[in-house]
Amino acid sequence: MTATLIKNARLIDPSADTVTEGGVLIGDGRITAVLSLSEAEDAISRVPQENVIDAGGACLAPGIVDLGVKVCEPGERHKESFKTAGQAAAAGGVTTMVTRPDTDPAIDNPEVLEFIRRRANEVTPVNVRPMAALTKGRQGREMSEIGFLLDAGAVAFTDGDNVVTDTKVLSRAMTYARSLGALVIGHPQDPGLSKGAAATSGKFASLRGLPGVSPMAERMGLDRDIAIVEMTGAKYHADQITTARALPALERAKANGFDVTAGTSMHHMTLNELDVSDYRTFFKVKPPLRAEEDRQAVIDAIRSGLIDTISSMHTPQDEESKRLPFEEAASGAVGLETMLPVLLRLYHSGDLELPTLFRALSLNPAKRLGLDCGRLEKNAPADLILFDPDKPLILDRFKLKSKSKNTPFDGARLQGRILRTLVSGETVYKL
Amino acid sequence: MRFDQRHLLGIEPLRPDEITTLLDLADKYVTLNRQREKRSGVLSGLTQINMFFENSTRTQASFELAGKRLGADVMNMAMQASSIKKGETLVDTALSLNAMHPDLLVVRHPHSGAVDLLAQKVNCAVLNAGDGKHEHPTQALLDALTIRRAKGRLHRLNIAICGDISHSRVARSNILLLHKMENRVRLVGPPTLMPSGIEHFGVEVYDDMREGLKDVDVVMMLRLQKERMDGGFIPSEREYYHRYGLDAEKLSYAADDAIVMHPGPMNRGVEIDGTIADDINRSVIQEQVEMGVAVRMAAMDLLARNLRARPKEVMA
Repeated sequence: MTATLIKNARLIDPSADTVTEGGVLIGDGRITAVLSLSEAEDAISRVPQENVIDAGGACLAPGIVDLGVKVCEPGERHKESFKTAGQAAAAGGVTTMVTRPDTDPAIDNPEVLEFIRRRANEVTPVNVRPMAALTKGRQGREMSEIGFLLDAGAVAFTDGDNVVTDTKVLSRAMTYARSLGALVIGHPQDPGLSKGAAATSGKFASLRGLPGVSPMAERMGLDRDIAIVEMTGAKYHADQITTARALPALERAKANGFDVTAGTSMHHMTLNELDVSDYRTFFKVKPPLRAEEDRQAVIDAIRSGLIDTISSMHTPQDEESKRLPFEEAASGAVGLETMLPVLLRLYHSGDLELPTLFRALSLNPAKRLGLDCGRLEKNAPADLILFDPDKPLILDRFKLKSKSKNTPFDGARLQGRILRTLVSGETVYKL
Repeated sequence: MRFDQRHLLGIEPLRPDEITTLLDLADKYVTLNRQREKRSGVLSGLTQINMFFENSTRTQASFELAGKRLGADVMNMAMQASSIKKGETLVDTALSLNAMHPDLLVVRHPHSGAVDLLAQKVNCAVLNAGDGKHEHPTQALLDALTIRRAKGRLHRLNIAICGDISHSRVARSNILLLHKMENRVRLVGPPTLMPSGIEHFGVEVYDDMREGLKDVDVVMMLRLQKERMDGGFIPSEREYYHRYGLDAEKLSYAADDAIVMHPGPMNRGVEIDGTIADDINRSVIQEQVEMGVAVRMAAMDLLARNLRARPKEVMA
């Protein structure tokens, strides 16, 4: 295979926490060299001219590893398929989709997982790494075939937003998972307190008359899960930490040396509860949007590294599931394509540096799942994105490649566009 | 005198002067309603549809009577028994209805925000007759008219709203309205029936009834919404009555000329003692019902004026 050269780029290296000017040389689907500006100019002669990409000063970063994408296959292909999700991912700079098992049926046995892998390989231009259910049917009663699923390629085990309420079941599943070195992903939320909730309790929920859940429910869920980690020694990741009150518990768990990491969602970093405004159901996500202080605390935690990963929590919903009174409307928002431009708001506001952002978007999720991507280093897979952080965009939801158009950012003025996405050195998207 | 609203979805969007405009007009309708000949033609030629997705006797009757007295063609749709049961969504129902060209749509729905959603999809004026735990604007307006007529003013009064605040849309609308008109509002009830964040609404919160009622000019009791209780908010009805039921002893803490209000229907012996409810010197509960018809006439009159002033829109 002939080599490809990307030159004249700003290299975002999350491992070294640097932004430098230069380029990369790609061969056999991998990064063969990271070059300075002058080295890149020298390398031009070694590469066929049609394989030289002049980035024109744009940013080059490791592709996003999106932990927790819902592709609605099997079960709800009218909302999203592997084909449309893959196109959306490529357009959004997501080079690895880590898919959720909360489909219908749930991905809880190796046969269904095999189906996912086959479908993904056929039609998806980006990498797909499936997660599997922790318990059969995500019912929280019996553990799934964790060993077989691991062999079949599952990268983590989770029941999604179905909290396993029976602590005996959970502790056994986590004990078993530990023996195999499998990663368990929890949804920290006390199911009793959060039952029926459509908003975070407080002034706004009371004003709108919406059933609310106390932010304390998240901390209670996290505290419980951490206790089981302490008991079982399992590898644990909390899918979304969204409140200030949960952060001290996370900090203590890490300080105690438990194998615990946590993520958050793009929505909880860029929106707050007031954005729901007059019952706008596209802003209904799970857990519900929080207070502004919580949003600020989550951004701080990403900056300090206390929260490790940022996901889109891509959840396609059709118009019918959203055109309902707020309490009845489905939760979730699409995010594969909007994640980077939306999160770049935090770069433009001075809240996050680009290497910090890509540490949470690419490096950390890859590390946590044991994938060797997410890095801008020699020998890393050439899963790369070129983007212009300043290029403006007014988001039109009907132009999204996702089958479902439920984004809360319709009409939003954003800055930052993906120019090109490469997976294993091949261009899968070009603006 | 201005009223710039297209719909009446809640108290929140109203300006104080719009509230005064509406109450002034309602006063005129009280006079009309007390005459032998009660008809006015201000809504003649217009169609009013009452859509109640939740059981209601008095509010629906009040809206129906208000429409009929103003000469509208009134139709009641019992939505509980209709296509909603067949799986039709609220938006589809709204679109079908819109195609029948109603002018005024009166809606009650068990979910907060459902009336707002419906209002976005139709061309007519929409009146919220109660949505979930959100708002019940005509109730707050009729309460305001009752207070204004009994007390001679609607500002600088001490008003206690007592009972199940958490599940009450009446309480929310009343807090918003009384606050806009510059009154001091106290909320009295057990902490399990107080909405979270209520301290940010500019109210004083009491869990002791006697303290809460001290020297107030108006005592507003709320119905203990038994049908909304999905699990132990209070230990028992009798303990609730003992601590929060309005009786002569607790009422004695209020100002000597304090009035007693209740949006109905009352649970006698649960939140209010029967003899207080019937005491013509203190209770204005019957007046509230009377004001209800007048306020709804005023609201529909004002919305119809705005409707007629607007160019006919192209159908969606």
